Amino acid sequence: MADHQLPERLSPLEPEYHPGSHGNFEHGVDVILSETRPGSILQLAAWPSEEKRLIEAIRKVTGLALPDGAGGGVSNGGRAAFGFAPGKFTVVDEAEGLAAAFAGAITPAIGTLTDLSHGRTAIRIAGPKAEWVMAKFFAIDFALPAFPLGAGRSTNHHDIFAQIQRSGADQFDIYVFRSFARSFWKALCHASEEVGYEVQ
Amino acid sequence: MLITCPYCGPRDVIEFTYQGDGNRERPQPASQNLDAWNAYVYDRLNPAGDHNEIWQHSGGCRSHLRVVRNTLTHEIRSTTFARGGHKSADNRAEGRS
Repeated sequence: MADHQLPERLSPLEPEYHPGSHGNFEHGVDVILSETRPGSILQLAAWPSEEKRLIEAIRKVTGLALPDGAGGGVSNGGRAAFGFAPGKFTVVDEAEGLAAAFAGAITPAIGTLTDLSHGRTAIRIAGPKAEWVMAKFFAIDFALPAFPLGAGRSTNHHDIFAQIQRSGADQFDIYVFRSFARSFWKALCHASEEVGYEVQ
Repeated sequence: MLITCPYCGPRDVIEFTYQGDGNRERPQPASQNLDAWNAYVYDRLNPAGDHNEIWQHSGGCRSHLRVVRNTLTHEIRSTTFARGGHKSADNRAEGRS
């Protein structure tokens, strides 16, 4: 494969991304919002009955061992993976080039690989009120027993699809379409005003 | 109304798209049996009670589901993946190996 000069990636949030404390923060900041800007965001899909081989390929390439079960996932800081649909997984790496690393591992007999690194925007919400703010957006259960660490969920907020991974006890990573990301970000900021938020 | 997706768990009905009566059997595409096509397009059981339906979890995992819904109470009796264990809509072989 020829070497490509990757284009510089610009944040779609930039015009609305204002680092600092906002909203009702006089009594403390209860959520921290940030854009994590991972270098690689991939979608892997297994053909029927090939799911186990795909999970094994993910383990070989990334070192991430996906647990069994719907929506199971794992997050180790720099890399993350989770199921978002039957036989389908999102795999994220803070470094670029993960698609190339998978090229030999996901054979056509196993499934498909789609590089969404430029098509999704990753937004992180963390803090003691993260569950509270998320619950205003999405009609799913964000309590830790129902949404365990590392797990992924597919849902949407007013037609903006969102894949959500719990990357900490009080931290979620939200993957949204890049073209809707700024609108989603503005809504998330408005929703966070009541608890006081900081953009990092 | 909540529908329990076999993958995602219970979700609000707003995440789902109704895809029609699950009792229909589509004739082979080349079929010229007009009665069969007429039945496929127009004939409905319209039961007052349990009804087989096809839904898609379009606002979530995007799976197609077979749902049994009670048309009187809206109770969802069962949800399973549409894939497998049933002929596809146009009777083609399912899956690949």
